[in-house]
Amino acid sequence: MIPHAPLNDALELASEWPQLLAQAQRLAHSFALGGHGRRRAGAGDIFWQFRPAQAGDSLRAIDWRRSARADDQFVRENEWQAAQSVQFWVDTSASMYFASEGSSKHFRAAMLALAVGVLLSDAGEKIGSSDGLLPAKPGRAQIPALAQVFSRISDDDFGTPQTDDLKPHSLAVFVSDFFGDFAKLERAVTSAADQQIAGALLMVLDPQEVNFPFAGRTLFESMSGGLRYESQKADGLRAKYRSALQDRQAALASLAQSVGWQFQCHTTDQPASAGLMWLYQALECRR
Amino acid sequence: MSIFGVLGFTTPWLLLGLLALPILWVLLRSVPPAPTRRRFPGVALLLRLKDDDMQADKTPWWLLLLRALVVASLIIGLAGPILNPAPVSDNGSDLLVVMEGSWADAPDWAEQKQEALRVAERAENSGRKVAFLQLTAPGSAVVFSAALLAQRQIQTAEPKAWRPEGDVLGFISELEDFDSYWMASSLDWPERTELVSELLAHGELRVSLSQTPTMGLLPIIVTAQGVEVHAIRLNAGQAVQVRVDLIGLDPSGVERRLQSIPLAFEADALRASQASEVPQEMRNRISRIVLAGHRSAAAVRLADDRIKRPEIAILSGEIAGREGLTLLSPDHYLTQALAPMADLIGGTLEDVLLANPDTIVLADVAKIGVKAALVDWVRQGGTLVRFAGPRLAAQSFNSIEDDPLLPVKLRAGGRTVGGAMSWGAPKGLQAFEVDTPFYGLPTPDEVSVTAQVLAEPSPDLAAHVIARLSDGTPLVTRKTLGQGQVVLFHVTANADWSNLPISGLFVSMLERLSVIGSSGNFEQQALAGTTWQLVQDLDGFGALKTVGDRAGLDGQILAASKIAAETPAGVYQGGERRWARNILGQDSVLTPATWPGAVRLVGQAVAKPKMLGAGFLSAALVMLAVDILAALWIAGKLRGKVMGTLACILIAGSSVEDVVAQTAEALAIQATRDVVLAYVKTGDAGQDEISRAGLTGLSLALNQRTSIEPVSPMGLALGTDELAFYPFIYWPITLGQSGPNADELRKLNRYIKGGGMILFDTRDSEIAQYGESTKEGRLLQKIAAGLNLPPIAPISQDHVLTRSFYLLQGFPGRSSRGTVWVEAPQSAGEVIEGMPFRNLNDGVTPVVIGGNDWAAAWAVDPVGQPLLPVGRGLSGERQREIALRFGINLIMHVLTGNYKSDQVHVPELLKRLGE
Repeated sequence: MIPHAPLNDALELASEWPQLLAQAQRLAHSFALGGHGRRRAGAGDIFWQFRPAQAGDSLRAIDWRRSARADDQFVRENEWQAAQSVQFWVDTSASMYFASEGSSKHFRAAMLALAVGVLLSDAGEKIGSSDGLLPAKPGRAQIPALAQVFSRISDDDFGTPQTDDLKPHSLAVFVSDFFGDFAKLERAVTSAADQQIAGALLMVLDPQEVNFPFAGRTLFESMSGGLRYESQKADGLRAKYRSALQDRQAALASLAQSVGWQFQCHTTDQPASAGLMWLYQALECRR
Repeated sequence: MSIFGVLGFTTPWLLLGLLALPILWVLLRSVPPAPTRRRFPGVALLLRLKDDDMQADKTPWWLLLLRALVVASLIIGLAGPILNPAPVSDNGSDLLVVMEGSWADAPDWAEQKQEALRVAERAENSGRKVAFLQLTAPGSAVVFSAALLAQRQIQTAEPKAWRPEGDVLGFISELEDFDSYWMASSLDWPERTELVSELLAHGELRVSLSQTPTMGLLPIIVTAQGVEVHAIRLNAGQAVQVRVDLIGLDPSGVERRLQSIPLAFEADALRASQASEVPQEMRNRISRIVLAGHRSAAAVRLADDRIKRPEIAILSGEIAGREGLTLLSPDHYLTQALAPMADLIGGTLEDVLLANPDTIVLADVAKIGVKAALVDWVRQGGTLVRFAGPRLAAQSFNSIEDDPLLPVKLRAGGRTVGGAMSWGAPKGLQAFEVDTPFYGLPTPDEVSVTAQVLAEPSPDLAAHVIARLSDGTPLVTRKTLGQGQVVLFHVTANADWSNLPISGLFVSMLERLSVIGSSGNFEQQALAGTTWQLVQDLDGFGALKTVGDRAGLDGQILAASKIAAETPAGVYQGGERRWARNILGQDSVLTPATWPGAVRLVGQAVAKPKMLGAGFLSAALVMLAVDILAALWIAGKLRGKVMGTLACILIAGSSVEDVVAQTAEALAIQATRDVVLAYVKTGDAGQDEISRAGLTGLSLALNQRTSIEPVSPMGLALGTDELAFYPFIYWPITLGQSGPNADELRKLNRYIKGGGMILFDTRDSEIAQYGESTKEGRLLQKIAAGLNLPPIAPISQDHVLTRSFYLLQGFPGRSSRGTVWVEAPQSAGEVIEGMPFRNLNDGVTPVVIGGNDWAAAWAVDPVGQPLLPVGRGLSGERQREIALRFGINLIMHVLTGNYKSDQVHVPELLKRLGE
């Protein structure tokens, strides 16, 4: 009845979670209001200090209740609160639209990203896309726009994250099956890390891609048909395929570790909340 | 056709195809099964792997074998194999179909006929001429012609109740050469061997032997206590239990089974008999006895007078006190003669008349006490037989009028001839005259009469005399009296006056007078001079048929002739007497037929050729199906759900219906878990899509605006889907629809009765052309004609639909001009002062009928945008909004009923609360 889109599921998923304040060891200097106290006076909602009024302070800035208790005039200052930016890259390549049963990998990936985005924006963080199509902004209005960005379908078989428009000191979340060129991914992640960007890699896989439940003479094709591989005995290939997958996962984990990112693999037959839980913890501010 | 042993082929050259099998083997072996194509993103990882087993996969040997078998069965199946093929004679000569058609063939007559027809048809197919010959009813000649004629003859042939005759031998010997096919019973008959050799002389003879056991009933023996039934069979070998039914009229005059007698054949016995007690009164009613379960003339035995035992009262004028002289007693010889065939009763005449016997014999009784009663009894059909004697002779016959109990007037005294004191020799008998009942009986010389009573000469004396002495004086006189008769023997019943009572002639005479049933068989001599007319004849199946007038047959000839076409079995009538001629006599023997070696014997049961082609072809089909499964399995496509479903279907034996039932169940759960709006599938794909989109739009609006949260709407096929799950059904009327059938109507009526609502939408906005209603309107009338609808009326302005959620004045869809019809208010309530609405507590209207094309107005695309334009500009959007509101009101009304109508009480309740 209602058009099925990850957005709805994401809203539903996020509705049971507390808002998420993203980690921010170092925040970019921005004037956007956020949830991260900067431990100095500035724009914000939380009381920081009363300071004696100085020349130049407008009369309206003087806190008259406090000033009435002393001889001097005091100005009430709030803590400078800034927002963290979180930039998402959800792989929209053809391979992500594979689904052995149930929802596709892309659906799950977009849903998790959107759910995290909802929680982040509720906490006042800025969210956007990593490819520069949607600059990070605060507010719930970003969510549908982000969904729009995620819903584009790319013709490529496998995707590579765009890191050109990442903001320094921000957070990045890459959600993909990471079946693409590992070198390109490595380049992207390291260049992001160079810009003091922390982040998370979430590998979303289909159960078939984990279990390889094939047998017999099989011609495997990529989603666009560009890549082919013919096996005479697919069941004999299973062990090799699995070890290749484990190698890829280990490489991703070590890549993440080397730049201080986090890595996790998530399959579409797992509950979405498991993926969201991991993302929540990966991005959570632990101060 | 070529024949190899028991197997024949219609197109044997096709079998050459089997030579191609090795080629197929090689071909199949070199071509492995096609790979499965699979979309798999993980191929990126696979690309770096090396497959060890790169060599071309061979087709497994068992799959090869299976496929070779498929092709082999196809080839063999198409070659037309026939098991037990009917061999075709190559000489192509004419065919004579011979059926015996005797009573022994009756049990399996239908099978014989079928086979004869089949044989004739086969001969026709191979271009042979056919003739038909029934041995029991041969035509005048055998003419070979088209099988059609013979088939018609076969169709109408009926078995006869006699055995075949050899009289066809004559014209068969004159025919050209031909082959014969003989449907034979296992019973031998005279001149059969001659016919066999004659047929063999003309050509090939095939004999199809009947396998039915032949059995028949022998004459019944009547005993004092009951009857004794006898049966005979053709072949001994095993013990058989049969049942003999005695059939006759019951006291109410309906023919029924009177008694059953079980009869057991010993294993090695050809005959069996069983005595059974049958009450006298019941025995006299037996009309025939039958061998239960055997449908043949020999298994039926017609009863006649012989089975009856008349009741005869013998009274004598003997004076008490002479008991010692038994042989001199007037009734001693009478008792001796009658006792074996009749039940004798004694007593005084008054008592005897109360018992109403068939016959009363008065031996030398002169004075009759109850004369009037006796006359009455005779008039009602009794036979009074009187014997003369000293007392009767001594009576003075002085009265002028005749004694009604004497046939003729007697002279007093009587006379004695040939005695010691008289002239002349004892008188012998004169030959019986033609029109007397005794005509034909021999007159033995040794019978002599020494004394007699004499009749008074009178003009009518000669008419009453039925037997005379050699001198012309009457010996026996007879007179009919009413329906009965009075017979006077002018001699004594003992040997005093004559030795007639101790002669065999005496019994025959009594027989002829119907005083007693015919003793034993109808002897040839005893029947001399009698004429018998066939009244009922027996057909081969043992059924009795009344025949029309037949010429009478001489009894002597009839007794000498066997059962044949001219003298068939059946019931003959001769004067008062009935004579049943049956198939088997006391000394009948059933001999099995033997056939010379030159005859080809065909068992009826196994003669059927069996076409095996279909079996081979279906085997090939089954193997093909197995091959498909095997190929799938090899390709790895057979797993998971497919395997499960197949296992479900194949192994658990569950049918496709179960799978359908499971999906139906899933559908039912889906339909009942949440509120689901439904629409009727019209068969018009475009309209169905609009209906679906319309209800989707309405569901969306309900989701957004109300607490009703319907899920995706469902389309219904009226014939198959259950309606009860859906509170609301949208039914657009398209011209392609046919009215619901009886089943669907019943379903719809049940749905309406159960509280459902149907929104009929003619979508025509009531634009009628040249008439009162649109085509859709007429179609709707046709559909609704069978529905059990309450009276409907145009919707009133205060109907609950106007306020069940939104307050509405109109009910537009894509058009807005049509009238909306709902159930008429049941009681037209009056407008009450101060009440905003009329007090209408009616139920939910079961139908809403209109033509505003609502679904089109509600329809949304998958994104949720309106699908079809409504009106123009903003007013159009307003109309769409009102249409949606109508939809919401409608669903509210369906789900909440008249809840909103009850709001009329609110002002009153508030007033009371205030007080």
